[in-house]
Amino acid sequence: MSGSEARRRPGDRAFHGLATGAGVLILVVLAGVAGFLVSEALPAITAPVADLPDGESLTRYVWPLVFGTVLSSAIAIILAVPMAIAVALFTSHLAPRPISMSVSYVTDLLAAIPSIIYGIWGIAVLGPASVPVTQWLADHFGFIPLFEGPASTTGRTMLVAGMVLALMILPIISAVAREVFNQTPKGLQESALALGATRWEMIRMVVLPFGRSAVVAGSMLGLGRALGETMAVTIILSVSGVVTFDLISSENPSTIAANIALQFPESSGLDVNVLIATGLVLFAITLAVNMAARTIIGRREVARGR
Amino acid sequence: MAGSAVSMPLGEGAGILPPRANLLVAAVAAATCGALSVALGLSPFVWVLITGVVSLAAVATWSLVVEGRRRALDRAMTVLVVEVFVLAMVPLASLVYTVVAEGLARFDAEFLTGSMRGVLADGGGAFHAAMGTFIITGVATVGAVPVGVLAAIYLTEYGKGRLKRAITFFVDVMTGIPSIVAGLFAFALFAIFFGPGIRLGVMGSVALMVLMVPIVIRATEEMLRVVPDSLREASYALGVPKWLTIVRVVLPTALAGIVTGVMLAIARVIGETAPLLITTGSIDSTNLNPFDGRMANLPVFVYQEYKFPGVPPEAYIERAWAGALLLILTVLTLFLAARLIAKRYGVEIRR
Repeated sequence: MSGSEARRRPGDRAFHGLATGAGVLILVVLAGVAGFLVSEALPAITAPVADLPDGESLTRYVWPLVFGTVLSSAIAIILAVPMAIAVALFTSHLAPRPISMSVSYVTDLLAAIPSIIYGIWGIAVLGPASVPVTQWLADHFGFIPLFEGPASTTGRTMLVAGMVLALMILPIISAVAREVFNQTPKGLQESALALGATRWEMIRMVVLPFGRSAVVAGSMLGLGRALGETMAVTIILSVSGVVTFDLISSENPSTIAANIALQFPESSGLDVNVLIATGLVLFAITLAVNMAARTIIGRREVARGR
Repeated sequence: MAGSAVSMPLGEGAGILPPRANLLVAAVAAATCGALSVALGLSPFVWVLITGVVSLAAVATWSLVVEGRRRALDRAMTVLVVEVFVLAMVPLASLVYTVVAEGLARFDAEFLTGSMRGVLADGGGAFHAAMGTFIITGVATVGAVPVGVLAAIYLTEYGKGRLKRAITFFVDVMTGIPSIVAGLFAFALFAIFFGPGIRLGVMGSVALMVLMVPIVIRATEEMLRVVPDSLREASYALGVPKWLTIVRVVLPTALAGIVTGVMLAIARVIGETAPLLITTGSIDSTNLNPFDGRMANLPVFVYQEYKFPGVPPEAYIERAWAGALLLILTVLTLFLAARLIAKRYGVEIRR
C-alpha cells in the first residue's frame, strides 16, 4: 500500500521495527515457556529413580495424573458438547432476538467467572446435591464399572469435578458454535424452508453441516481448557492417586494441574522439578490439542473463546 | 436423503396445533406434575425434571396425532433444545445466587478495609488481597497491552509471508496455554535467577501477561481490521507517513474497541488462581510492593480460606464467599464498563 517510498522514512522504519519486534516477541515468549520449563524439568528427568518422590520413576508418577486429567476432561466434553450445541442453536435460531442477545451476553460473562468460584460452588452446592443421585446409581447400576461405588458421602467425586468442568467450558464451546451458526448463509436456510423443510429439518440439513468443523474445533478448544483447568478440580476432588474408572467413589485420581497446585506450595528441591516436569507433559498435551483445533478451524474468525 | 425428506408433503395429518401449543403443553405439564409431586412429596428438582420429560412427550404425541411425523419431530426438537438450554442455565443461575447469598454475610466494611494480619478466627478482611489483585493485574496490563497492540499492528498493517502466518498461528496456540503452565513458566524464569524459594507479586504479573497478551492481540486485530481502508488511503494521499497514519488515524478510530478488548482481557485474567498460587504465594498482611516478597491476592485468598479453614471453619468459609462475591463484582464491573465504552464510543466503526 504505502510502497517503498514510505518505508525509507526513519519514523516508519522505527515503528515497523517496533511492531515486528512485538510480533517476534510472541514467538520468543512461547519458545521461552517451553525452554524454561524444559530446563527446570531436566533435573527431574535425569535424576536417578531412587531420588524421586516415593522412589518411583517419573512415568509411574505421571501416569495416574495423566489418567485423571484425561478422564475428567472426557466427562466434561461428553456433557458439555451436546448442551453447548443446544444453547447455541437456541440463541442463533430459536429464541426471539432480544432474548438471544441477552443470552449470548450472559454466556460471555459466564466464561469470565473465575474458576475458583466454580470450584467452591461445586463443592458447596453441586457435590451435596449429587450424593443421593450417585447413591442411587451405585445401588442400581453398580454393575457398570463407572458407577461401581461405594458412593461418596461428600460428593467430592470425579463425576462432580467433570460436571463442573463441563459448566466451565460450556460458554466457550457455545460461543464458537453460536458464531458459526449465525454465519450460515441465509440463502441456504431460506431455500430449505422454501422447499418445505420444517425448521428442525433445515437446522439438521443446513445449519449443522455448515457448522460441523467449527463445532469440532470449538469443542477441542474447550477440551484444551478442561485439560489445563486447575482450581475447580483441586478444590473438589479428594485425591488418592488411584487409577480407576469409578466416577462416584471418594477415591479419585488427581489431575496434573490439580496436583501441581496442591503440591507446589509445600515442595522444595527435586520435588519442584518433578512437578515442573508434569507441567511440561500437560503443556505438551494441551499444545497438541490446541494445534489440532487451530488446524481444523484454519483461520476462521470464529474462535473468540480462550 | 436430504431431498426425499423435503419433497415429502407435510400434511399427513391435515390439522395444525393452536398457536403457542408448546407453551400451553409445558404449562399444563408443570401444573399436573406440580400437583403430583406435592401429593407424593417429591423434591422440586424431581418436579422440574418430570415436567420436562412429560411436556416433551406430550407435545410430540399431540403433534404426531394432529400434524404428522415431520411436524412432530420439529416440535419435539424445539422443545428439547429449549429444555437443554434451561438445564444448562440452572446451574449457572444457582452459582450466581449462591455466591451472592453466601457472600453477603461477610461483605461488610471490615472485610473491605481490613487485612488478615493477626486475625485468628472471626473478623478480618480482604483489603490486602484486593490491593494485591489490583497491583498484580495492573502490572500485567501495563506489560501486556503495548506488546499486544504492537503485535496486532504488525499482523494487520505490516505482516506478510511466513512470519505473519507463524505469529498468527502461535498467538492462537498461546490462547490455549493452561494458566498453571503460565505460572510454572513465570516461576521457572525467576527461579533460574533468584533461586527456587522466590515468591514475588511481579512473578504473578508475568504469568498473567502470558495469558493476557494473546487475548489483547486478538481483540486489537479484530478492531484494526474494521477500520475502513479509505481512512488510511485518505491519510496517505495527504502525504502522511504510514507510521503516523497508524498512530494518528487508525489507532484513534479503533481505540474504543481496543479499550473494550483490554478490559475483557483483564476480566479474564483477574480471577486466575493457579498461576498466582505458585508465584505470588500468600500472606496475611498488606504488601504493596510487587518486587518485594509475597503478595496476597483475591483468588488465592478465596482458595486458602475455603480449602484450609481454621477453627471455627465458618468464619473462614464466610470470608471465602465474600471474597468470591468481590471477585464476581469486579468481573461484572469490567464487563459492563467494556460494554458501555463499546456502545458509546465504538459506533462509527461498527457501522
